[in-house]
Formats: sequence, structure tokens, C-alpha cells
Amino acid sequence: MAGNRPTSFDLIEAVCEFLENKIIPKVDSYTAFHARVAINTLGIVKREMELGNDLSTEEHKRLSRLLKQDGHPDELNSLLCRKIRDGSIDYSDTDLINHLKKTTLGKLSIDNPEYSAYKKELAREGESSRSLPRENSRGTE
Amino acid sequence: MTEHPDDLAELLTAASVRHLQCPVIVENLRPLSGGASADTWRFDALLGKERKELILRLAPPGGRDPIRIDRKTEAQLQQLAIKAEVPVAPVLFVLDEEDGLGMGYAMERIEGETIARKILSNEEYAKARTQLAQQCGEILARIHSIETGTLPSSLQALPAEKLLKTMRSLYTAFEQDHPVFEFAFRWLLDHIPENKTLRLVHGDFRNGNFIVGPEGIRAVLDWELAHLGNPMEDLGWICVNSWRFGNIDLPVGGFGTREQLFAGYEAAGGKKVDPKVVHFWEVFGTLKWGFACIMQAFTHLMGAKRSVELAAIGRRVSETEIDLLNLLQ
Repeated sequence: MAGNRPTSFDLIEAVCEFLENKIIPKVDSYTAFHARVAINTLGIVKREMELGNDLSTEEHKRLSRLLKQDGHPDELNSLLCRKIRDGSIDYSDTDLINHLKKTTLGKLSIDNPEYSAYKKELAREGESSRSLPRENSRGTE
Repeated sequence: MTEHPDDLAELLTAASVRHLQCPVIVENLRPLSGGASADTWRFDALLGKERKELILRLAPPGGRDPIRIDRKTEAQLQQLAIKAEVPVAPVLFVLDEEDGLGMGYAMERIEGETIARKILSNEEYAKARTQLAQQCGEILARIHSIETGTLPSSLQALPAEKLLKTMRSLYTAFEQDHPVFEFAFRWLLDHIPENKTLRLVHGDFRNGNFIVGPEGIRAVLDWELAHLGNPMEDLGWICVNSWRFGNIDLPVGGFGTREQLFAGYEAAGGKKVDPKVVHFWEVFGTLKWGFACIMQAFTHLMGAKRSVELAAIGRRVSETEIDLLNLLQ
């Protein structure tokens, strides 16, 4: 299986091309809108396959450091929520804010790297944005 | 999902004749979007030689939603808003039980653009864009000036404390762990602004709910989320980044500045604006939209309505999370 094609990327791309070239030109505008949403949704899946593992590992490490304990990432995240809720971690804690910011930017690099606040943040940090697929029409107007 | 009856045109004709008390021919009846289950339709009513271009608002599919007002109340509010010189489509008639169409009403159809991105980019609205924020302030001041004693008694009183409590319990029920949301909830609970008088709040006053022409806002749409609350809630909501549609540096709807909004509000008789209170409501609104994204995703996940669009909206939560962090640091 290793390295053999078609990879899951190839398959997602094939589905996107099918929707774009064979379906969208033939359907009404309402269905075409949803087909575009479907293409963009597959874009999220592609980016998550590419970036998800590394981002999860980094998030897990930060959570362990912040909470000073080990555990399953979901449990640690749940614990963090409880601690913010009951005030045992203050919301002005800079380590907390740094963790939340890094985690959120990581999520956006998957969910919607075209989002205005994400792009502005990257520009502010002077990081060069990866060239990722464009995101459009993923929501309601 | 409820489909509207096949004989919608016949029932609407009979209702029009009854309420307008003259012979009426209904033509060009079409759903605005979403097919036969749509709650908003366009139609023409021929009254002798006169052709009236109208909109029919029916009860939404899926039954009664406790946070939305019913169509009869919505029609009443639009009528009160017109008296307060708020740009709103005039209501022609309100349906009753005898019409057999459920709750609903007919209003005038106002031409213009509603799609936010077009309002922000098309050349024909370039002049309007320079004035929209000021105009939003003026309109909100008029909405908030409406005497509360004249409002329908069914409107819910939703001060900040109650809104937060309701959102918290709904959010908890979804069992989703979002540390940024917890952070925002904590901050909001610690910063609830003092407010003595509840006013009529539109509840969804934002770019996307306006009919705009080259000269400015022609009508304010979608009064379904109206309630009694802190009037600053409306000023904060229109600043939420999601309604700037990419124009992040123009906080009011992507077309103007907070200073323009506040100046318009105060010039039209609104009370002096405290930017800190508006900031509270912008944080609140951002969290509310983030939570709405979760709810929409779960509408899909729990099978109430399977839809790729609803599923994908669940991934817009991270957009509201970055906005919350930017607002709160």
C-alpha cells in the first residue's frame, strides 16, 4: 500500500474534478452551490490529511505542559475547559492565551486558510502563508 | 420538512381577495429559494389594472422554533417599525385561520441587493458604502426608540444574563469541548454591562439582512429574532467579523467604521454610545455565531436535516475562535 497510487489525495482530487467538470455545469444553481460546498469540504479533508497529525501532536504537547499532566488529548482538552470554566486557570494567563492562539491558527490552516483574520494574523507574524487551495462558498450569506 | 400545499396559488388568491376586499389575480408565484418547502415566496397581485409586486412570508418549515417570533408578531413589528421611520417593506395583509395557510403575511416587494458580498464589491453601491455605517446607526436609533408599551406582548425579554444562561445550557448539551468558547463565556460573565431599560432589539441586524440600492438601505429584513434586550446588542452584532465578509478593517458590516455607526446612532436620537458596551456585545455576538455553527452542524449530524452545507458550517467554528481571541487579548 505504501506509496502506491492512487493515494487518497488522488481519489479526493478525482471526485473534486468530477463535481467541478461534470456535475456543476449540468445542475441548477441551488444544487451547483452545494456541489461547490462539497468541493471545498473535500479541501478541508485534504488539508487535514496533510497537516492534522503534526498539529494534533503539537497541541497535545502544549496541553500536557499547560496542565502539567499527561493523558489522552481529548481528556486533557476537556480538563482545560473545566479549569477555564471554574476559574482555576485565569483567562488572562499568557500561557493559556498562547496555547489557544496556536491551536486556533492550526485549526484555521485546515478549516479555512482564506479567512480574513487568519491571513491578517499570518501577515502580522511575518510568516509566509503556505500555498493552499482557495476557500469559497462554505456557508450562508 | 413541511411542503406547502399544491393549491398554494388558489389559497393565496382567496386570501388576497378576502383581505384586500377586491377581485385579485395572483401571478408569478415562485419560492425565493429552497423549492416547495420555502417560507418566502414572490408573487404579483393584479388588482384591476394595478399590478402589486409582493412577498409572501409563511411559517418556516420544521415547525415552531422557540427563539423565533411567529409571523403575526413579525408583521406587527414591521408595521410599528414603519411608523418609527425605519426602512421596512410595508405589510399589505396578515393571514388568519380562515385562510388555511398557517401564520403568514404579504408585504411589498422592494427591489435591490441583499447579497452582502455584492453590496461590498459592486461599483453601483460605491457611494452607498460610504454612508451605510452612519445609516445603520440612524436606523438602529429609530428601532430602539419604539415605545415598548406599544410592542406585541409575546416578545421575550432577553437581557444579557438570560441570553448567556440559555446559550450556556444549550452549549453544554452538545458536549463539545471548545476551550476558546469557555474563555469567552468566562469573560462575558465577568463583564456584563449594567442596563436598566430593555428596548426592542432587532436581533439579526447585519450585512445580509438589508435590501440596498445605490442610495443606501431600502429595507431591513428578517425580524424573526426580535426581542426585548439591551439595545447595544444590535450595535455589537453588526460589527462581528463574520458579517464583514473579508473586509476585516471595516468593522461595521465590512463597509464602515464604528465611529460612523455611533455618530449616526447619536445623531438620530439614540443615547450616547459606550464603546466598551458595544465591545461586550461584539464578543457575545461572535460567540453566538460560533455556537450557531455548532448547532447547524448537529442539525446534520443528528439527522434532522442531512446536508453537506450544514456539515461544513461546523468547521467555521475556528473562524469565530480566532475572532474571539483577537477581541479578548
